[in-house]
Amino acid sequence: MYGTVRHEIRIQRPAADVWALAGDAERLCDWFPGIVSSAVDGTLRTIVTASGIPMPEEILACDDTQRRFQYRLTMPVFKHHRGTIDVIDLHDDTTLVVYSTEADPRAMALVIGGGTAGALRELKRQMELTTEGAL
Amino acid sequence: MGRKILFITTDQQRYDTLGCNGGTIARTPVVDALAAQGVRYERLHPQSVVCMPSRSTMITGQHVSTHGVWMNGVPLPEDAPSVAEVLHDAGYRTAIIGKPHFEPFLDPFARFAENTFAGNGTFGPHRGFEHFESATHGAAGPLHYARWLLATHPEAVGMFYPVLDGSLEVNAMGGGDTGAPQAWVNNIPKEWYHTDWVADRTISWLDSLAADDDWFCWMSFPDPHHPWDPPASEVARIDWREVPLPAGYIENQAERERVLDNKPKHWRAWYDGRVVSNYEAPLSWVPASLTADQIRETTALNAVECELIDEAIGRVLQHLRAKGCDDDLDIVFTTDHGELGGDFGLLFKGPYHVDGLMRLPLIWRPAPSSRAGAESGTTVTRPVGHLDLAPTFCTIAGVEIPHWMEGKPLPIDDTDADARGFERVLTEWDSELFGVGVHLRTITRDGFVCTTYLPGTAHDGTEGELYDLNDDPLQRVNRWDDPALAALRSDLIADLWDHQPPMQLPLRGVEAPV
Repeated sequence: MYGTVRHEIRIQRPAADVWALAGDAERLCDWFPGIVSSAVDGTLRTIVTASGIPMPEEILACDDTQRRFQYRLTMPVFKHHRGTIDVIDLHDDTTLVVYSTEADPRAMALVIGGGTAGALRELKRQMELTTEGAL
Repeated sequence: MGRKILFITTDQQRYDTLGCNGGTIARTPVVDALAAQGVRYERLHPQSVVCMPSRSTMITGQHVSTHGVWMNGVPLPEDAPSVAEVLHDAGYRTAIIGKPHFEPFLDPFARFAENTFAGNGTFGPHRGFEHFESATHGAAGPLHYARWLLATHPEAVGMFYPVLDGSLEVNAMGGGDTGAPQAWVNNIPKEWYHTDWVADRTISWLDSLAADDDWFCWMSFPDPHHPWDPPASEVARIDWREVPLPAGYIENQAERERVLDNKPKHWRAWYDGRVVSNYEAPLSWVPASLTADQIRETTALNAVECELIDEAIGRVLQHLRAKGCDDDLDIVFTTDHGELGGDFGLLFKGPYHVDGLMRLPLIWRPAPSSRAGAESGTTVTRPVGHLDLAPTFCTIAGVEIPHWMEGKPLPIDDTDADARGFERVLTEWDSELFGVGVHLRTITRDGFVCTTYLPGTAHDGTEGELYDLNDDPLQRVNRWDDPALAALRSDLIADLWDHQPPMQLPLRGVEAPV
């Protein structure tokens, strides 16, 4: 059964700055609590969680124009997964970041989605720590 | 030197599973003896009928709306108030051993401290507990029991029932002799099962203390929560074929369904398998398929688990007596919520505020050296709540009750209860799961249980339930729309909202299914 979870957060930084971090596939481990490493090889990204679980992913989109990053977890437990990070310019030097998770089984949408909520909080914390330049 | 506190909890244990509460299936002589020496409460209600909110109430002494753990999967913040911290600050040694569940279990990112200690080889500190040693219903996951079993008896890890299925939903797979959901033959030796492990680890921690230490130990058994998979060597204690059906089960199907139809419609919708509103019941299991024999078998397995807990408690108490600790020892026994157990043809739990889930066992055996003014063998009939536990522990320890606790120290008899205003107890349910929302507020007062429904997926906010516990102890006749009780209903609802704290907003996020 299919489930979706969406979290969003407003960050007091221009969208280009936020995208410089959130759109960098290799730096996910810098702002996603509980991910200790993220290695990219072409369209394959492998993250390792703090509990020691390696999770292979396929990068589906990394669109600098739309500021959209999209990927799917390819572990067998997932019949379907799609993670989408949208970095939206609010045209007032602030940014809305939306992190969506679709998954089958649906319970995984909650499990992964719970992690994304923490990730957005950490992204905001880091981005608002400094107002000068991209991190 | 002050009084020591042994706080014993189980998980999902019905009121009627104890001999002292009239139970006839499980033999529970140890807890029965505590009741005979102390105070037995006949109307303890939880503030939530699922684990995480209920356990958060126990540790904070707060209503669910105040501590904000409004459904399973919402973590209690690490800096939330804690009675363990209060006692520790007062010089008490503190431990929790067994099932904590203040934070979600399903945690691949290891974001929650509860799930990190065992992997790190540490035991806290956390939430005021200087020793935090954890277990849950099986051998899966990152908790201390699972790590211990994997390290010492790896062949036993696969013997437990798989609590979740391949879709990470609560498993509906049947087992045992009748194919009952979550019934299972577990070939693990009794000595390796988590009930004995909790007792063993409790004894070990107690032995690490100095003789003049004051201590607060929360011994938290994961059973008799499903799965019903006690060690196979113990199953023959109770022949399920001889087990009577529970009084709450209506054998006649047409009558059972008529009773369900007289309740708000999510009752019948779940029974028919059309709506599963919460994660705590198997998604693919249809309660209407439940047979009388399956109820007998799950009841028997549940009773075996209750017996094992009773014996484990007895072992800990014997150890404490041998150490000379008993005279200054207060013992409190309870559970976090109940189990439908075949009532109305249902198993497990959910948004159903009736006695199977809400009426819980509670025993307080005050320290013999103090008695706390209580007479042996006292029964309290007035309503009390889990939120009264934390203030009780403070009073036992001689510590001022913090302003943030919303309960009162437990009464020692009905006269004390009346004098201190134990008139009502409140219970809340909120769940929002994949587009299905259910919201209930319940008051129990003057022998009535009254539940009002807030708007949700299956409810428009006008529904309710009203039961007269004296005339209808099995809550079969919903009198919400009875004109003869209209004034009483209005009074109860007004009283509920007068005492129900507002929900902390914004709602905290659901970070896992459980």
